[in-house]
Order: sequence, then structure tokens, then C-alpha cells
Amino acid sequence: MLTKKQVEHVALLARLELSESEKEKYATQLSAILEYADALNKLDTENVPPTAHVLPLKNVFREDRVCNHMANEKGLANAPDREGSCFRVPKIL
Amino acid sequence: MQLNGLTAHELHAKLVNKEVSSVEITEAVYKRIDEVEDRVKAFVTLTKDGALAKAGEVDARIARGEDIGPLEGIPVVIKDNMCTEGVLTTCSSKMLHNFVPPYNATVVEKLHSAGAVVIGKANMDEFAMGSSTENSRFFTTRNPWNTDCVPGGSSGGSAAAVAADETIYSLGSDTGGSIRQPASFCGVVGLKPTYGTVSRYGLIAFASSLDQIGPFSKDITDCARVFNVIAGHDERDSTSAEFEVPDYTKFLTGDVKGLKIGIPKEYFVDGTDPGVRDFINQAIKKYESLGAFCEEISLPHTEYALPVYYLIAPAEASSNLARYDGVRYGYRDESADDIITMFMRTRSEGFGSEVKRRIMLGTYALSSGYYDAYYLKALKARTLIKQDFDRAFEKYDIILSPTSPTPAFKRGEKADDPMQMYLSDIFTISVNLAGIPGLSMPCGFSGGLPVGLQLMGKPFGEGTLFQAAYAFEQNTEYHKVKPNL
Repeated sequence: MLTKKQVEHVALLARLELSESEKEKYATQLSAILEYADALNKLDTENVPPTAHVLPLKNVFREDRVCNHMANEKGLANAPDREGSCFRVPKIL
Repeated sequence: MQLNGLTAHELHAKLVNKEVSSVEITEAVYKRIDEVEDRVKAFVTLTKDGALAKAGEVDARIARGEDIGPLEGIPVVIKDNMCTEGVLTTCSSKMLHNFVPPYNATVVEKLHSAGAVVIGKANMDEFAMGSSTENSRFFTTRNPWNTDCVPGGSSGGSAAAVAADETIYSLGSDTGGSIRQPASFCGVVGLKPTYGTVSRYGLIAFASSLDQIGPFSKDITDCARVFNVIAGHDERDSTSAEFEVPDYTKFLTGDVKGLKIGIPKEYFVDGTDPGVRDFINQAIKKYESLGAFCEEISLPHTEYALPVYYLIAPAEASSNLARYDGVRYGYRDESADDIITMFMRTRSEGFGSEVKRRIMLGTYALSSGYYDAYYLKALKARTLIKQDFDRAFEKYDIILSPTSPTPAFKRGEKADDPMQMYLSDIFTISVNLAGIPGLSMPCGFSGGLPVGLQLMGKPFGEGTLFQAAYAFEQNTEYHKVKPNL
């Protein structure tokens, strides 16, 4: 069972602000899912390689060439806030 | 039948013969939307002006005597997680409620080049996380066969729009069953292609090693025709496979004599709806009567697919969704005075509860101290699941199963129990983990709701899937039955 403290730690890592009721709900629900995932412990995977990806691809390269890039204005068009050609955010320090 | 009820290949023939115009087809589709959309709720956005303009261009080409392609002038709906330049792309999330992409996804570009008429964007579970569209932050799509039921998910809007004849075909995406399960629930054809065959460039990422775009259609011929257009290597997607795209319609022979079909015993579990079981058994008999060889097989690691998926997919999602921080696009909380609080409030308000649940789960599985026990263990188990299929495909051409253990369920029935919801994907998830293609097609009705037959194939074996599916379709009538809306 995940403790409230663990849930708070994970929420901080994930940059999520949770309400008290969300913390309780996720502690219960995540515990149930993780308990279900414990079924994997029945498997002997000692000598099994992991599959992160099904295709046998490694380091996909392409030629370095000059091409058109997205115009600044287009890239900034969805900005919640901006100043000139920059994205504007609340204070960092 | 009304024009909007026809298939793309039927409409193509009518366009070529100058029996109808693309504008007439497009107008028929919008008329249908006017009539039924308040009951179906499949669309987040309609793009009528652009669609009619495009249809007009195609008609002008036909009038000039130019040849047109198979999808030219035919209406299509795109799931709202594929970027459409200048057209709202929301992922059915508050986080992207105002996002207007500055570029097109590769599949959208390909459809435009093929002359397709894009009529709108389809509702979905938020960020493609869900099996019913109940996780959409906007509204729940209804099943056209029974509007008290869900259409499945996450591509529920794409599936329901096709079933309701609000479009001719559509595109969806499938990470654990999100094309096949709604295709099954809505009684239409849905294809999850081999991983890497369709570019993911411009598809808003959920779980990058599992996500794949594919078509929904009213029959197998349309499915093959759409796949012809969207398949192929794309250098903008580094996981795109380099392979020769054949003409998939060449596989529509109707002949399955000698085809070897494996029936995995693990896919006939307790709790499977008796109607589903009956119709799958009838489908097996149909294949035998057509000269295919059917035999029970075992995929021994099937029971581990769901726990593996619910560690890997959330882990990848927690990383992919880290980009939503309120800085460059989408929703931003305006109340915070410092940037970390802004990140946290933006994400807490922008994401719905299922998305947050999966981000939390994935973050936990990847966090220090738990990575080996959960994430790495799941990757190793994924290898065993893939090897089950590799072994089976040494002997068999196709693997056959139900698409989902039950027909469509009622709205609200599983909404508060994530584990129950996850179980409706129990037969579709392995296909994504193994990277192989899977197709769902209608094969019967249980309690007035469609039952889906799933065919699974070898990597890049979509041709054989089409061959097997087409033979079944040509010898049954299920794809011709329409819901009474």
C-alpha cells in the first residue's frame, strides 16, 4: 500500500499539485494497480533481455542539410504569454 | 442508400462515372451530422468550409477530365490527437483546449496529397487514455447502436462517426487497443498496423513504443485502400520502418484455402460474454468451411500482458507528457507567482484524473528504487510476450480471437473502477507490446450490439490480414447491417 507521503513525493516528481482527496484516491488506486502488477514476480526473467522497442533500430541518422524552419511568429502563435520573440513565464528565481 | 452510407470504393466509382460530385457527398455527410450528431457526439471540431472548398477543387479536376485517386473527394474524420495545421487539435484535454498546430502530421499531409476531404476532428479519451471516451474533458461519445452504451475508446469518436455514417472513413490511434476495441463496439473495421509502418510525426505522443495510427472503415476494401495511402517510411519519425509498401488491395482475393489460423486458448477466458464466444466460434467454422486450417494454440504469457502494459505505457506517458508545462502552448494557470507553482497548477488543472493517475503510476515505476522492480521487469516480460507470437507465427499465418471480452458496456458502468476499465483491452494489448498488426471486423451481434473478430498477423503481414478478413467479409453480411439511429 502506497503511503500518503509516497504519493506526495511522486506528485512532486511529476509536477502535480494534488488535493487531499486526490492523494487518498490515488494511494488506493495506484496500490491496487501495483498489486496487480506484482503478478510479474511469478516470472523468471533472470536471463531475458528487456524489450524497450520492437524494431531492430539503432542510431537513425540523416544527412545534415539546410532547409526551412518554422517562422518565429508561427512558433510563438500558441504562447500563453510572450514578450517580443520570447515566451514569457512567471519569475524563476 | 444515402451517399453518406456508402464506402469509399463505391463513392470513388460514382465520382469517376460522374454520377455524383464530391460536393454532394460532402453535403450528404454534413446533413447526416446535422441529423444525428446531438445523439452521437463524435466530433470536437467540424471543418465545413475547408471541406466544401476541397470537394469543389476535386469536382473541378473531374470536370477537366483528370484522373482521381481512390480517396480523392471522399470525406474523412481525424482523431483529435493528430496535428492539423490551422485547425484546433485538443486531444480532448483542457491542456490543449486552445492548441492550433503550426504544422500537419505526416498522415494528414498524406491524406491532403491524396485529395481527401477532411470534415472534422473526432472526440477521444483525453490523451488517448481510456476505453470509452468517458475520459474526454468535453463530453462522452455515444454508441450509435445503443446510445446508452459507450463507443469504446480511446478512438471512440472516430469509430462512432463511421458507424453512424457521419463520415465515410476515419483515422484513429491505437496504443493498447484504441482502434480495435471501439471498432468492435461500433461494428466497423479497424486496423492497428505493424509498429513503424505509419509515421507518428505529428501524432501527439502517449506511449511512443506502442502508439500507431490506423484506419476505421465500413469494409475491408476501404481499409486496404486507406492503408495504401498512409503507410510508408518517414524520415521525420525516427522509429519509422524502411519497407516496401505493396498495393494492399492485391491481397483481396477472397481465397483462404490452406491458410493456417491459430486460436489462442488463453483468449477464451471466464467472463467472456456468451454471445461473443458463440460468434467467434461461428467465425472459426466459417474459416474452416472456406478451406482454412484452424487449430488451438497457446500464447502462455498472455496473462502478463495487462500488468506489463500498465507499467510500460504509463512510464512512457509520464515522460511524454512532461512537455505540458504551460510555457509554449496550451493551458496555463494564471494564479501562480513563481514558475514551479505555475507548472504544478497548470498540470493539475489541465489534466483530467485518468491522465494524472497514469502520470503518477509511470513516474512511480520509473522512480529511483522502483525502476528495476517495475519498469525493467515489465520490459523483460514484454520480451516473453513477443516471443510467444514469434513462435506461433513460425507455424501459423494468422492468430484469431475476440477483440474484446464483451460488447459495448453502459456509460458510467466502469467509470469509477480503473481496473475494470483496463480489462476491456485484455485481448488487444499484447499486439501492441509485440508490435504486430491487428484488425477488428464485425462478426455478429450480442444483445443488439456488435461483436468484433480480431485477426493478428506477422510483422508487416497486413496483406495476409486483409486476405483473411476479406474472405470472411465476402461470405458474411455483418458489415452491411446499419444501426437504427
